[in-house]
Amino acid sequence: MSKLKLATVWLDGCSGCHMSFLDMDERLLELAEVVDVVYSPIVDTKEFPDEVDIALVEGAVASVDDEKKIKKIRDRSKMLIAMGDCAITGNVPSMRNPIGPEAILDRAYIQNASAQAQIPCVVVPKLLRVVRPIHEFVKVDVFLPGCPPSAGTFHTALTALVNGGPLDIPALTRFGA
Amino acid sequence: MSVETDVKTLVIDEQEVSARAGQTILEVARENEINIPTLCHLDGLSDVGACRLCLVEIKGSNKLLPACVATVQEGMEVSTNTERLQKHRRTILELLFAERNHICSVCVSNGHCELQTLGQEQGLTHIRLPYRNPELSVDASHERFTLDHNRCILCTRCVRVCSEIEGAHIWDVMGRGINSLIISDLHQDWGGSACTRCGKCVQVCPTGALFDKSKIGSDHPKYPDFLPYLNLMREAQ
Repeated sequence: MSKLKLATVWLDGCSGCHMSFLDMDERLLELAEVVDVVYSPIVDTKEFPDEVDIALVEGAVASVDDEKKIKKIRDRSKMLIAMGDCAITGNVPSMRNPIGPEAILDRAYIQNASAQAQIPCVVVPKLLRVVRPIHEFVKVDVFLPGCPPSAGTFHTALTALVNGGPLDIPALTRFGA
Repeated sequence: MSVETDVKTLVIDEQEVSARAGQTILEVARENEINIPTLCHLDGLSDVGACRLCLVEIKGSNKLLPACVATVQEGMEVSTNTERLQKHRRTILELLFAERNHICSVCVSNGHCELQTLGQEQGLTHIRLPYRNPELSVDASHERFTLDHNRCILCTRCVRVCSEIEGAHIWDVMGRGINSLIISDLHQDWGGSACTRCGKCVQVCPTGALFDKSKIGSDHPKYPDFLPYLNLMREAQ
């Protein structure tokens, strides 16, 4: 049997979900027998591949770049998993929503700047007005809440998904877990 | 002299149960270890039927009844956990999560929150509704406690405990519908209000809307179990 192609993506999040994913430790070897990691912040591939079986997405959609990426990921992936609270609820990144991006940028780059106070506008993508969960942009197949979901949650969920076994997510994890 | 008790017989989830006239469906269900989820109800406080999580189906009626305020009737057939009710309960919880800013991961009540626990119990893994992201204030003017409107679900437990048990009635609800807000006194700062500093409102609050300033991180379990005991002792006096 050929291995499943697994991608992991980091949008607007803290990378804690990826850290927790790596916390599977020796269980990663077990997982590596059935999947190939074809794209991830922890491997060197630059372009999201054309045909991915499982895409794990960490982080909310906060910028025009995130929006473009999540649409491309959806187009190229058979199964899209929203990994962690930021991807599912907006979580901490969404705390700027009631305040708006202008006030946040002003606070970070003008008021609190000690030198060269200016709001970055070159190379960095434009922020969306509100940070939103990924399922408001594309269809999500599996939701794995938690901040971050534990290594055990990742292991149980991925094992079930790879083998097509039963999976009771609310029994494993919750918002803020 | 004998005291006659008016006994009603009814069926809850295909289980025959008996009850005293005037008891609520919720009371009788819990006496018989049948779980009906609740949020605004709290043992020891009056019931207001506000959260609608305890809605149940009655055979022969198309109307759903809140079990916390609906009283038992002879021959009633009650269902507490049908697919229709589960669907409604999930939607109610999703509406609550979407209405204000519930960021579980950074909330003082993370791990001890009734809203969070109910969400998990009812199988919520995401909120299908768009988040409203309202701009809400935090009142930290009190020397011991904080009120964070972002986490408030307007269950009014704080209003009721302050009025019915403490007798101070500093809490009330201002505005209507989605603009409703819990206020102290006549919309004055909590710190400058007639608050007796008893902390009962904090203990009964199901979420992180009311919390003790001395608690940090998510180390803030609440203990509302004192209420029925307190009522019992007062009745005995």
